[in-house]
Amino acid sequence: MAHRFPALTPEQKKELSEIAQRIVANGKGILAADESVGTMGNRLQRIKVENTEENRRQFREILFTVDSSVNKSIGGVILFHETLYQKDSQGNLFRNILKEKGIVVGIKLDQGSAPLAGTNKETTIQGLDGLSERCAQYKKDGCDFGKWRAVLRIGDQCPSSLAIQENANALARYASICQQNGLVPIVEPEVIPDGDHDLEHCQYVTEKVLAAVYKALNDHHIYLEGTLLKPNMVTAGHACTKKYTPEQVAMATVTALHRTVPAAVPGICFLSGGMSEEDATLNLNAINLCPLPKPWKLSFSYGRALQASALAAWGGKAANKKATQEAFMKRAVANSEAAKGKYVHTGSSGAASTQSLFTASYTY
Amino acid sequence: MPHSYPALSAEQKKELSDIALRIVAPGKGILAADESVGSMAKRLSQIGVENTEENRRLYRQVLFSADDRVKKCIGGVIFFHETLYQKDDNGVPFVQTIQDKGIVVGIKVDKGVVPLAGTDGETTTQGLDGLSERCAQYKKDGADFAKWRCVLKISERTPSALAILENANVLARYASICQQNGIVPIVEPEILPDGDHDLKRCQYVTEKVLAAVYKALSDHHVYLEGTLLKPNMVTPGHACPIKYSPEEIAMATVTALRRTVPPAVPGVTFLSGGQSEEEASLNLNAINRCPLPRPWALTFSYGRALQASALNAWRGQKDNAGAATEEFIKRAEVNGLAAQGKYEGSGEDGGAAAQSLYIANHAY
Repeated sequence: MAHRFPALTPEQKKELSEIAQRIVANGKGILAADESVGTMGNRLQRIKVENTEENRRQFREILFTVDSSVNKSIGGVILFHETLYQKDSQGNLFRNILKEKGIVVGIKLDQGSAPLAGTNKETTIQGLDGLSERCAQYKKDGCDFGKWRAVLRIGDQCPSSLAIQENANALARYASICQQNGLVPIVEPEVIPDGDHDLEHCQYVTEKVLAAVYKALNDHHIYLEGTLLKPNMVTAGHACTKKYTPEQVAMATVTALHRTVPAAVPGICFLSGGMSEEDATLNLNAINLCPLPKPWKLSFSYGRALQASALAAWGGKAANKKATQEAFMKRAVANSEAAKGKYVHTGSSGAASTQSLFTASYTY
Repeated sequence: MPHSYPALSAEQKKELSDIALRIVAPGKGILAADESVGSMAKRLSQIGVENTEENRRLYRQVLFSADDRVKKCIGGVIFFHETLYQKDDNGVPFVQTIQDKGIVVGIKVDKGVVPLAGTDGETTTQGLDGLSERCAQYKKDGADFAKWRCVLKISERTPSALAILENANVLARYASICQQNGIVPIVEPEILPDGDHDLKRCQYVTEKVLAAVYKALSDHHVYLEGTLLKPNMVTPGHACPIKYSPEEIAMATVTALRRTVPPAVPGVTFLSGGQSEEEASLNLNAINRCPLPRPWALTFSYGRALQASALNAWRGQKDNAGAATEEFIKRAEVNGLAAQGKYEGSGEDGGAAAQSLYIANHAY
């Protein structure tokens, strides 16, 4: 093997590891507010609001101008490109509003999926072209972390070794480029819940996928202490007839993680997938109470599971701002409690929070 | 991907994981007494003793007749094939003596190194042929764990990708076969300290090797909770002019492990390589005081570093047996303390002074 050529200086490593730790400190998690234009379209359609730039801006404004105490629950927010440059009604940039609350600003970096020919409808993710220049610009514009979502599915002959290997490799290239530009890469290898497979099968696949991801990160000389992982929880497929408790989900999830994720990774922030707001919180809580060794922070990076009630409360009307903010704050606090294993389930939290948020073959 | 075909039943997994946890219970480590006939020749010639089967039996008797003091610091003993079937002067099989002390019996199962053609003097390790049948027999004869040593070396062009891949693969095959036979595999990918490379270089290589080992173990469906790792500590090469403190060795070692060894692995039992008895204890102690979170037990699997003084005291003389056994017990107790970070050194000031010598890990 040739002499190693350090990818990062000690100062670069220190900066990355401090950013990562800040995001997941003390039970904090991430608000994934990086829905693309198309995806916001789906969300807004459900509450019968037109998908215009102004409507998207208004909804994000309501979320980001919530009381500063949200910074006890939210350590980072992931933005979509458009949102990074939007302002509130007083002309203050959203990213500055968030930073003033002590929240770290992140940016979605991938550019959507592309098919893998010769597979059973599997995909890889695009976005590596010119990524370094884009990262440098985003860093100047106030971002300190990036996010890139790879998608794998369980099905006939799936995920194939090609899909696993290719997505792991793309994630590692993205992570490498981020770190070179002072951005902490959130690594997201989502195994989607579509299908009728059981919990054990999802655990098996998740272990194989994560082992491949961490081998790829090692091959690409990624500094693990300056990364975060955003995986799926281990759950049965959405069409599986067997039901599992949060404790079973927790045990399967933590088992898979502790067999594959090195202790150097400071935090694991789960995606919520198709889970309802309440399930996402209950499962996260159970995960934090799981008796297996858990050397990383186990927190959240939720999109739908933080915003469903807020969206329903808003309905596109400015007059509903306070109710919207309360709904959002309530989920933020609940999930932060869950990230410390301290969430106490309080009866009915309203229809929107327990409604399953599953959308078949979810794509951005 | 095809449905998973579980390699082990729940009962098999429990048995393996219980054995592993017993070996690395707090304050306990392993006596590596599995020197082959050829290796024993070197040890015995250094003290002027002829390398006969009887002398090897008499020497192991010195070690195994240690009194109950070793119960709290020795969790396992690795045997060589010949020794597994030997008895003490009273006709009591060594295996029984060890088991009666509540210590787990292990067996070396590899058959030595062979060259890898086309490389710069690199090797792989043989011993897979008929391994399953051999393991089944060893299990009947009292062994509950096994050990297999692979060897890698650092130089301008080594370890090569082939050497890393091939040794990782052969370790995974061995581990898989052991587990099928109820035997906990100790996985030993030793990177030799030969050379003039510095600490950083060893750390880099160790990370690459361990990442490959754990990927191979995952690919071969090995149950990590039922394995142990026996790695080298991260140290500079023997001919390196720079000297490092135990704290620097500890920080480099623990950093490398945190980046590669999944938390599911219950214990890491370091080999002593060419270290002196005292060095091996001081380094192990510093490792256990390292301020980084360590989710696995960090203990010893020492050969020379447990036996050097004992061998020297014995010198083949029956009259010296008692004194020699005392020397062994002394090192065993010292290392038992080091495995808990409680060894104060032979006259050296312990805890507080040493703490400040740990350089922050982002520098590694």
